[in-house]
Amino acid sequence: MKRIEINEEYCLGCRLCEVHCVTAHSKSKDIIKTFKSEGFKPLTDSCIAFEKCGYTTFALQCRHCHDAPCIEACLTSAMYRDKEATVLHDKDKCVGCWMCIMVCPFGVIKPDFKNKRVASKCDLCGDRETPACVEHCPNEAIKLKK
Amino acid sequence: MKYVIVGYSVAAVNAITAIRESDKTGEITVISNEDQLYSRPLISYYLAGKLKKDKIGFTSKDFEKDMKITVLYGAEAVKIETKSRHVELNNKKKLPYDRLLVCTGGSPIKIPVDGLKDGLKGVFTFTKLADAKELEKYIEKNKLKEAVILGGGLIGMKAAEALLGKKMKFKILDIADRLLANTFDKEASALLEDRLKANGCEFIKETTIKKVIAKAGKIDEITLSSGKKLKAKLLIMAVGVRPEISLVKGTAITAGRGIVTDSRMETNVPGVFSAGDCAEGLEFLSGKGAVIAIWPTAAKQGRVAGHNMAGVRDEFAGSFAMNSVEILGVPSISFGITNPKEDGYEVLKKSADGKYKKIVIKDNKLVGVILVNCIERAGIYGLLIKEKLDVFGLKKELLTDDFGFLLLPTDFRKHFVTGEGTEV
Repeated sequence: MKRIEINEEYCLGCRLCEVHCVTAHSKSKDIIKTFKSEGFKPLTDSCIAFEKCGYTTFALQCRHCHDAPCIEACLTSAMYRDKEATVLHDKDKCVGCWMCIMVCPFGVIKPDFKNKRVASKCDLCGDRETPACVEHCPNEAIKLKK
Repeated sequence: MKYVIVGYSVAAVNAITAIRESDKTGEITVISNEDQLYSRPLISYYLAGKLKKDKIGFTSKDFEKDMKITVLYGAEAVKIETKSRHVELNNKKKLPYDRLLVCTGGSPIKIPVDGLKDGLKGVFTFTKLADAKELEKYIEKNKLKEAVILGGGLIGMKAAEALLGKKMKFKILDIADRLLANTFDKEASALLEDRLKANGCEFIKETTIKKVIAKAGKIDEITLSSGKKLKAKLLIMAVGVRPEISLVKGTAITAGRGIVTDSRMETNVPGVFSAGDCAEGLEFLSGKGAVIAIWPTAAKQGRVAGHNMAGVRDEFAGSFAMNSVEILGVPSISFGITNPKEDGYEVLKKSADGKYKKIVIKDNKLVGVILVNCIERAGIYGLLIKEKLDVFGLKKELLTDDFGFLLLPTDFRKHFVTGEGTEV
């Protein structure tokens, strides 16, 4: 299974991971169209929890826990594990009960209060061999570990 | 190996999945007094019309086939014989077992009210899908626009959510001085009360129902404990839920408030396990057994029970109370001890712009949290409680808006976030 490793010492705080995460999950997959015509916002719509405190920054995504509390807590089975052991989210089944937000120890599931469902959660970029955030990190602060 | 499971909800589903991880051939029979498998907390979404009828389940469609289980729907277990190891059904059929799981959940508490008789129309409880369906029918048939909810706890709030989805107005009564009295304090409750008021609903505190007056077999009016009279064509009784343990009464299985279990979710009778809302499992903060009637705990306990039933050792690490409630666009999440009654607790609060955060600390460890309108990274608080992190130097940080991992001690953060061992 793909796993993303985080090295906060190398994180520059450039937030390119977020920009490319949103692009990779857009319809067009085009960086300009994503933010110009599709209406996405680079810093809020990504699957990444970006943290900044003084000079320290890092980007955190779903850890795809072995004993995923979000799957156990989900009232509708919208949160599930696929054959690759990736923890995924099915927006159609989600009712926005926020149980996953309550139990995720990393706080990386983002709520969409308006549409009453989970807004975004890392899917490790599905078929893409290297997740977009990893591919575009200029300083190897997020690396792929296989 | 013959497995019998009484009750078919989240604990049962997790137990079945856990059993099948190692035992692919054992015979699993489930006794369900319902006519379908569904997610009980979803009944409020169902009644509010936010859910399609076929979406009330919480497993894959082929769960029963894939798991090779037999489910006896509409069946009632009436007796457990622990010596001869069998469960008797209401149709006199006897099901022998090698391993038994009792996960019968909870049932609504009924309180005696003058004039309130069984069969009185317009009075409902709200815990099962059947309740929601009957309520839906009754509301439509009588074209009701208003209701009274007795109980401002979790179920009362769930009922409130549902009625709001139906654009109905209601009055909530509670004997306490606030909504969600088990977890909320007055300040948190006030945020919800304000929203209710703005939507034409009302919370009447420190009040219960003294008398119910019927007209032609239907509820028509109620007299409150204050003496005030209230028109009520629909009354939802949401006083609370108690563990459904009638099945183990008179057997060798020990029960207090719930069925007593050890760390493997086994009862005092070997081979008999219990999990979910009917079971007393380890409460993490007190270190004692308690009923923690929430979905994630039932799931975890079910899994642990299932593993042990199949002979794979697993232990329940304990859990603590937590919940997520959203009313009228005000989301809230709470954890642990939020209203400490004894001395020795430190309480920190922050309230601004309709947001409220309350932190409860004991011996420099986080033991309770209330978040209203600021639930974004709630789970991290849960992690701190579970990990018993020393928060002596972190008190200010716990209240900040951008609370996250970066504000936590480097060692702790790195252990969880970076490099190896990140998975929980």
